[in-house]
Amino acid sequence: MSTIQPIAVQDEPHPDVALVAQVRAGDVAAYDTLVRKYERQIFRIAQHITQNREDAEDVMQDAFLKAYEKLDQFQGNSKFYTWLVRIAVNESLMRLRKRRTGKLVSMDEDVQTDEGSVPRDFADWAPNPEQNYTQSELAEILRKTIQGLPQGFRVVFALRDVEGLSTEETAETLGLSVPAVKSRLLRARLQLRERLTRYFGRKAPAIAQAAAAPNGDGAEA
Amino acid sequence: MTCTEFLTILDDVIDESIAVETRIEIELHLRKCGHCEVVLNTTRKTIEIFQCHEVYELPTEVSERLHTAIMENCKKVR
Repeated sequence: MSTIQPIAVQDEPHPDVALVAQVRAGDVAAYDTLVRKYERQIFRIAQHITQNREDAEDVMQDAFLKAYEKLDQFQGNSKFYTWLVRIAVNESLMRLRKRRTGKLVSMDEDVQTDEGSVPRDFADWAPNPEQNYTQSELAEILRKTIQGLPQGFRVVFALRDVEGLSTEETAETLGLSVPAVKSRLLRARLQLRERLTRYFGRKAPAIAQAAAAPNGDGAEA
Repeated sequence: MTCTEFLTILDDVIDESIAVETRIEIELHLRKCGHCEVVLNTTRKTIEIFQCHEVYELPTEVSERLHTAIMENCKKVR
């Protein structure tokens, strides 16, 4: 399985700057390079928000097309990637809104919870606990675990910890304050830790077996 | 340092954005508090696992299909 590499902070000029300039000059092949570079990240982000594969595919297409159409509006004072992520987040939220027949969807949804803000389970984990599972079992556990988070926490965790955006970039992308991002990130990390302890804690073999079974549901996702 | 104080700055500890003097306080606290040590280590591991394993994979054939559709639409725009 490939390792997800967070987008590293690079010295100026970022390689995308030249590619964006080429696209603006009419070089569609340069855009092809940008799409290949970021399509997996954009798909993952869309999946994290919409929780639906079909929607994520649509969001990915729409986000790249919209970015292409609006490239002249890209100011260049943020990275192309974070600008693209912002478009993908907005497209994902619009998609959710459609699914919920027009009901407003916001990043503040379900965040008024105290769950996970104070650790309760202090069981240590076995060394490299993920090695006790096959790749598909582990992916299922991780999916169930992150799907159980409130959306406002899940998206912050996905952008900041999985996709490697900085706290400031995450705040800008989601239209949140930096303290709000930090608060949500801490609670997301603690909730995920608490939930994974059910699988990876030294005293959780029964739950681990249940999770490994077909359609097993060892954790409340 | 109390456990509550430690928890407040847990993210900064994980992201290694802690002042030197606070770092010493943290080390002293962790030496005597097994619970906080577990929370720190397992939270770090939580992040690492999510970073190193694909939760949502994009299969190559889907990627190719979407990629082709994106580029075809882009060519229509200009």
